[in-house]
Amino acid sequence: MSASATPVSAPAPHHYTALGIDSRKIAIWAFIGSECMLFVSLISTYLIYKGRSIVGPFPHETWTDPATGRVLKPILNIPVTSASTFVLLMSSLFMVLALAAVQNKEKPKQTRGERILGNSKLWLWMTAMAGTTFLGFQAFEFTSFVHEGLTIRTNLFGSSFFTLTGFHGAHVTAGVLWLVTLLAIDYRRGLGSRDSLLVDIAALYWHFVDVIWIVIFTLVYLIK
Amino acid sequence: MATTARPAPKHSPDAYGEHSGLWSWLSTVDHKRIGILYLYTALFFFMFGGVEAIIIRAQLGAPNQHLVSAEFYNQLFTMHGTTMIFLAIMPLSAAFFNFLIPLQIGARDVAFPRLNAFSYWVYLFGGIFITIPILFAVAPNDGWFGYAPLTTRAYSPGINIDFWVIGLLILGVSSLAAAFNFLTTIINLRAPGMTLMRMPMFTWMAFIVQVLLVLAFPVITIALVFLLFDRFFGTNFYNTVSAGADPLLWQHLFWIFGHPEVYILVLPAFGLVSEVLPTYSKKPLFGYPVMVYSGILIAVLGFGVWAHHMFAVGMGPIADTFFGLTTMLIAIPTGVKIFNWIATMAQGSIRYTTAMLFGIGLVALFTIGGISGIMHASPPADLQQTDTYFIVAHFHYVLFGGSIMGIFGGIYHYFPKITGRLMDEKLGKIHFWLTVVAMNLTFFPMHFSGMLGMPRRIYTYDAGQGWDLFNAMSTAGAMIFPIAMLVFIYNFFVSRKRGEIAGSNPWGAGTLEWTIPSPPPEYNFAKIPTVTSRYPLWEGKEVDYECARINSQEGKTPADLGIVMPYSTIKPLLVALGLVTMFCGLIFARALIGVGAALMIFSLYSWLLSPLEPEHH
Repeated sequence: MSASATPVSAPAPHHYTALGIDSRKIAIWAFIGSECMLFVSLISTYLIYKGRSIVGPFPHETWTDPATGRVLKPILNIPVTSASTFVLLMSSLFMVLALAAVQNKEKPKQTRGERILGNSKLWLWMTAMAGTTFLGFQAFEFTSFVHEGLTIRTNLFGSSFFTLTGFHGAHVTAGVLWLVTLLAIDYRRGLGSRDSLLVDIAALYWHFVDVIWIVIFTLVYLIK
Repeated sequence: MATTARPAPKHSPDAYGEHSGLWSWLSTVDHKRIGILYLYTALFFFMFGGVEAIIIRAQLGAPNQHLVSAEFYNQLFTMHGTTMIFLAIMPLSAAFFNFLIPLQIGARDVAFPRLNAFSYWVYLFGGIFITIPILFAVAPNDGWFGYAPLTTRAYSPGINIDFWVIGLLILGVSSLAAAFNFLTTIINLRAPGMTLMRMPMFTWMAFIVQVLLVLAFPVITIALVFLLFDRFFGTNFYNTVSAGADPLLWQHLFWIFGHPEVYILVLPAFGLVSEVLPTYSKKPLFGYPVMVYSGILIAVLGFGVWAHHMFAVGMGPIADTFFGLTTMLIAIPTGVKIFNWIATMAQGSIRYTTAMLFGIGLVALFTIGGISGIMHASPPADLQQTDTYFIVAHFHYVLFGGSIMGIFGGIYHYFPKITGRLMDEKLGKIHFWLTVVAMNLTFFPMHFSGMLGMPRRIYTYDAGQGWDLFNAMSTAGAMIFPIAMLVFIYNFFVSRKRGEIAGSNPWGAGTLEWTIPSPPPEYNFAKIPTVTSRYPLWEGKEVDYECARINSQEGKTPADLGIVMPYSTIKPLLVALGLVTMFCGLIFARALIGVGAALMIFSLYSWLLSPLEPEHH
């Protein structure tokens, strides 16, 4: 964990690495590769089942229940989800600023702007709050769908939609917990440039979850 | 100088490191000890799966027998397949990954020693979870590939399939965690000079297998999650009756995982045999780069052949042609490997040790399985052969003749490195010949019973269909396996205690793991070696021999050498326990979900916030 402190005269350090980068960074990329296949499976299933539900509600089409004559409108609320997508995209910007703040912690800061940009707690908070806001939107979306008659058991769309977006939401939740953990460390002992790897791998994960949402938003919400 | 916070341990050459006793095994993070844990556990499950197979064969030995009920027979063949694949062969390979990868690339441990312990404990608990039900006759009963919708609640209402779904999800966590770990280890912990094209072939094959695991396991995870949701929360993924679900969704997802899985099972054995054959032929591996590229090609093509398991479902001529062609293509890199092994042996000064015999056994027997595989790569031929004993014969030649022969060869080859003592060669050869006879007597007649139309998974059959003789032969062969295994187990345990002292390089092998004492000290390499060739002990330069000389010294403690070792810790075990408890909650009492989650999260935080090892000064 602190191989850099090993003096030159010491035997080869335990943390000699072939590529000269920390193993955790390679592992997180391997993890992300694996996660890609996870979401590819979920998204493919959603697309395979698209338009194959027997009963409504449907994502983009109106449906009249033949038994009751009740008309169900297209269920996806694109304006609201566009707003939550914007919030999640902004969170990636905050994450970038948080990482930069941690990396430049030791640099002297003169202006108020530099002090704000260099405040790692602020940007970690902003990222976590944006993630939480996205989850709030998702909770709102899920409850309103249930009120409109779409549950995970209703039809193929309900099953594949809730599972796909729910898996993504679970990933955002894990990311928020990760950010809160980093914040706790920051409050306890302060995150400095020596910790930038910790924030770096969290950021890689966070950006990945964000990118996956862009794919989901495009394929599920925007393309009819 | 670096110092350790622990008292200086006394090195004993016989036990692993300075520790012994149960607690040291529960809290170990040493890759060698974790490898040994994998080896023992997987051998246990291998024998458990073997007992299941023997009961199956006893039931099928003659027509119209009723030794077990049809229902219990379903559980037996399901658990035989599940056990052998997920609890025996994969973990046996993992035992070698653990023990060998750091030694072959000149590293002190894997990249994440605690994650490594976590993988093992998840495997152990998951293995127990999925195995216990058969003792109460409520084991999974729908076949190892668990075809949905058959496995949905509507058709399999009992808890049998619940164990299967949850058990495989648990084991997937173990495999994925291990794969991230080994992948990172191979990429990043190679010693100076250990370029990719100097890596021992076992490490290369292990590397390819980790890539396959990383990409294939998420797919079955999602297929299982769908099934879990269908069974527990009433979703419609496999609900073909009232929701219009696609009956082929499971088959596609499962086989996109399932075919790479075949290579996950066999490539480690290919790697082992690529260490064994050069050593006992006294020749470097023939065509090393081609062996690497053919391994990569097998992995790439392995993702494009999955639907050859599904010719019978009627995908149409275009899909059938495509998957038939890719399946035939994959025979080319596999054939290249066979020829390279033969060329490795050609004109070598061959020593017929037990390990060598098993290696040659792999080359011969796997080839038979490979050839029958090409037969049903052709869709019209497959329509005749699918779901018959011909297929059973084929994949047993591949998995027993390939994976298990390679793994046994690996055990005989590496036993002296693991224990410091040699296995008895005479008993080893008896084991080998009994295994070869048993294997061929059991599985070769299945080609004929299959061609005569005997379907898989039937629990009994009527006389007079021409199957009686072949089944009697198969059953007779199966009864030889336990004798062979007894010889092996006896040899294993007696040699471990009283075998001849091996020394660091009893076989005159050429790779890095043979430069260090047997068993290796807990830090592996006193000095991280500098590598200048593929076989540092055969064709290395002065620097290779100098490193080997330093590293072969025995009796040095980490403190003597100023090497910082990771703390041993119980926390990975607790996280694994929490994870499995959480999953148990789905079946037994929902309260367990909370208990397990609490234990998991608490232990995980405790693990992540505690340092891996003492600070350097």
